[in-house]
Amino acid sequence: MSGDARLRRPLIREQTVATLLVLALIIVLVLIIALPLWSLLSKSLQNASGGYVGLANFATYFATPSMVSALFNSLGVALMTTLLVVPLAFAYAYALTRSRMPAKGVFMGIALLPIFAPSLLGAISLIYLFGNQGVLKGLLFGHSIYGPIGIVFAEVCYCFPHAVMIIATGLRLADGRLYEVAEALGTKPTRVFFTITLPGVRYAAISAAFVVFTLVITDFGIPKVIGGQFTVLATDAYKQIVGQQNFEMGAVVGLILLVPAVLAFFVDRQIQKRQVALLSARAVAYEPKPAPMRDALLLAFSSVIGLVLVAMLGMAIWASFIRYWPYNLSLTLAHYNFGEFEPGGWEPYLTSLAMAGCVATFGTGLVFLGAYLVEKTKVPMPLRSLAHFLAMLPMAVPGLVLGLGYVFFINAKSSPFGWLYGTLAVLVINTIAHFYTVGHITATTALKQIDGEFEAVSASLKVPFWTTFRRVTVPISMPAILDIAVYMFVNALTTISAVVFLYGPSTKLASISIIHMDESGATAPAAAMATCIVLTAIGAKTLHVVLDRLVFSRLQVWRKR
Amino acid sequence: MKSKFLVGVGLCLAALIASAPIASAQTRTKVTAYTALENDQLQPFKAAIEAGVPDVEIVWVRDSTGVITARFLAEKDNPRADLVIGLVATSLLLFEKQNLLDEYKPKDSDKLRPGFRDTAGPYTWTGMDAILAVVCFNTVEAKKDSAAAPVSWEDLTKPAFKGKIVMPHPASSGTGYLQVAAWLQIMGEEKGWAFMDKLHENIAVYTHSGSAPCVQAAKGERMVGIGFDMRGAKEKTNGAPIDLIVPKEGVGWDLEATAVVKGSKNLEAARKVAEWSATKAANDLYGKYSAIVAHPDVKSAPPNYPADAEAKLVKNDFAWMANDRERILKEWVKRYEGKAAPK
Repeated sequence: MSGDARLRRPLIREQTVATLLVLALIIVLVLIIALPLWSLLSKSLQNASGGYVGLANFATYFATPSMVSALFNSLGVALMTTLLVVPLAFAYAYALTRSRMPAKGVFMGIALLPIFAPSLLGAISLIYLFGNQGVLKGLLFGHSIYGPIGIVFAEVCYCFPHAVMIIATGLRLADGRLYEVAEALGTKPTRVFFTITLPGVRYAAISAAFVVFTLVITDFGIPKVIGGQFTVLATDAYKQIVGQQNFEMGAVVGLILLVPAVLAFFVDRQIQKRQVALLSARAVAYEPKPAPMRDALLLAFSSVIGLVLVAMLGMAIWASFIRYWPYNLSLTLAHYNFGEFEPGGWEPYLTSLAMAGCVATFGTGLVFLGAYLVEKTKVPMPLRSLAHFLAMLPMAVPGLVLGLGYVFFINAKSSPFGWLYGTLAVLVINTIAHFYTVGHITATTALKQIDGEFEAVSASLKVPFWTTFRRVTVPISMPAILDIAVYMFVNALTTISAVVFLYGPSTKLASISIIHMDESGATAPAAAMATCIVLTAIGAKTLHVVLDRLVFSRLQVWRKR
Repeated sequence: MKSKFLVGVGLCLAALIASAPIASAQTRTKVTAYTALENDQLQPFKAAIEAGVPDVEIVWVRDSTGVITARFLAEKDNPRADLVIGLVATSLLLFEKQNLLDEYKPKDSDKLRPGFRDTAGPYTWTGMDAILAVVCFNTVEAKKDSAAAPVSWEDLTKPAFKGKIVMPHPASSGTGYLQVAAWLQIMGEEKGWAFMDKLHENIAVYTHSGSAPCVQAAKGERMVGIGFDMRGAKEKTNGAPIDLIVPKEGVGWDLEATAVVKGSKNLEAARKVAEWSATKAANDLYGKYSAIVAHPDVKSAPPNYPADAEAKLVKNDFAWMANDRERILKEWVKRYEGKAAPK
């Protein structure tokens, strides 16, 4: 197309294109997020042959003692984990942000380790550490690791990074002037802690508590591996759907799982509104002063926690090389010969890589373009708000619930998408939907930093927005785009709960293969497959950090004044 | 950067297309086989079938017996499977009763042992081999607790085994169900349930799969596993300190069998595989993974397999096992599921 043609194009057409794109975005989001959830809801009100039965399924649920006990087990485990994680994460985050202890970067890295592993890896480690043949079995004083103790222990480690990140962000927001005033007035440190520090992070702590509670109550991997006879909602949903093909009851469990997650979502949004009002523009960053005693104590505490987190990862990796636990501790690579334990051999790992690659590519493209349309175009506000709402929705929907929704949506008798069942495409779409929100928030934040003048100038020069998007917005936002891609890649590698209902014979993922191998007692090969996932995820993140430091930091020099 | 991105998109599209069932241009017919065979059997079985029936490609869908059975029944209006290979006869009888299997008799099936093929009504399934439940007993762990080796099922209810026994969940595992059915058949319903009530006090966990109990016993994670016979023998051959015990009252068993699915879109190909499954060559393959095989001329002697097992098989009423499966599982779940974990 020649430049003249571009100049002659009337502006109204650009507006039409933008509106059509936003409408297309809304349709896509409705298809991949809203309709599956609707299917889940309607399925829970039907009987096996599809007739409307009102709340009969819920009545059956609450009349079955074993299912109600799973509900209470879930609530108990989630509550216990939350009560343990939040104080631990607070102390750890405090050490990272408010002390002068050495090697903070290393400790931050260690705290993030569990993010790179499927949740059940920690549970596998626990079996080797505290199982009946575990190296540290004595520490349990005769209690069994199979059941609530093991679940809570593994969940604490699994949720730790999320809680630390949220609380550390809260702690970093402190206004240094308050502390200076307190010091000038001679306030005792304990009083400063209880009157300034704690109130300052209370919203972050509450937010962390809700995030952890939701993570635990919807996690499937850990209770599946180490729960023993202790049933929870997530394993119940799996048993109902996969084990007994009782889809209606599975839908009921899914909806019950949705309740705490949605509650957490709305409480969190209220809290975040208040958090913003807390910091004024004149706030001064807080710089911790040297305090040898405090720093030594915090270093000791962080080291203990760090050691536990490394052990929870390292034990399973080590065990994956051991020939025959516990009777022959010589090392071997035999457990990596997956063909012996898993019909696909190494195929699930490759499928996982392909899936994660596709999620990172298409997902990042969709998320960023979507965020741009919502943030930067002049499409009527109601449309953009609707798109934004749909993009925020997955945050409140646990993966397990979204996966169930997909099963019902795709397999419904009238569904035109039946052919998607079991394909790589549906795994990719579902995973993009599952992790959409965080990517959307990252993209929106990055886009908000770019001055709206760019669009204004482009418009006055009669350059259409897609040219501005391609030539200005995308290059400037490259670090954020890469962030989103790596986030999507890592999560697609480790996710279990959504995809366990959707995979097909030729699209079995590594995480599902881990579950199956563990089910048949092949714990070491399960650990081996998990090790492959962890190393790949950490490798991707390392590559990201290196790329970010070497390449993009140079390209972003102009940002600094 | 952009070119890399395009390469990425290209690779993804390629992967998506490759995974789509329609797009693969090849002459072999893809046949979807639902199976509960052990994971390590699937690759050799696929290779052998594809060698025996060259124009067929096997695609496995594998899960525990209960899961595969439930899935098959749930899909009955729109079957996704062409074949069932290595699923227990109890489940196949259930399918036959609901008219979900193709009537087809492989010509070699007459040469098989009489008990190993469909006898009543329309011929639908062909037996492959027998699977048994045995007791895997870890001698190292037993010595630590100075527990005596059990010789009967009753022995397992002794307090010495409290929290030391694992067995498969009968709803998910074929091995689990066949043993529950065996107890009810040899002891009678009332005494059978009373026995399981006592046994339940000693059970640490009911596992999802039939392999897991003997694996866990082999690793010393538990002292006693009631589980799939061949897995126990294999673990012992791998060096696990376990004995395979056949309790004197007799052990439960079931047949693994093959059947063609009614309404299969690849009926001809599926029938060819069924034809192959009754051959001596196929039975030779079964003999590598089972001690008791359908073909009378195939003698299998897996290493470390208990010699007295075949003599101790209980007398099975397959029709009863199939017809009463739902009732028995319901009763079992009512009694033993959702209770707090026994220590």
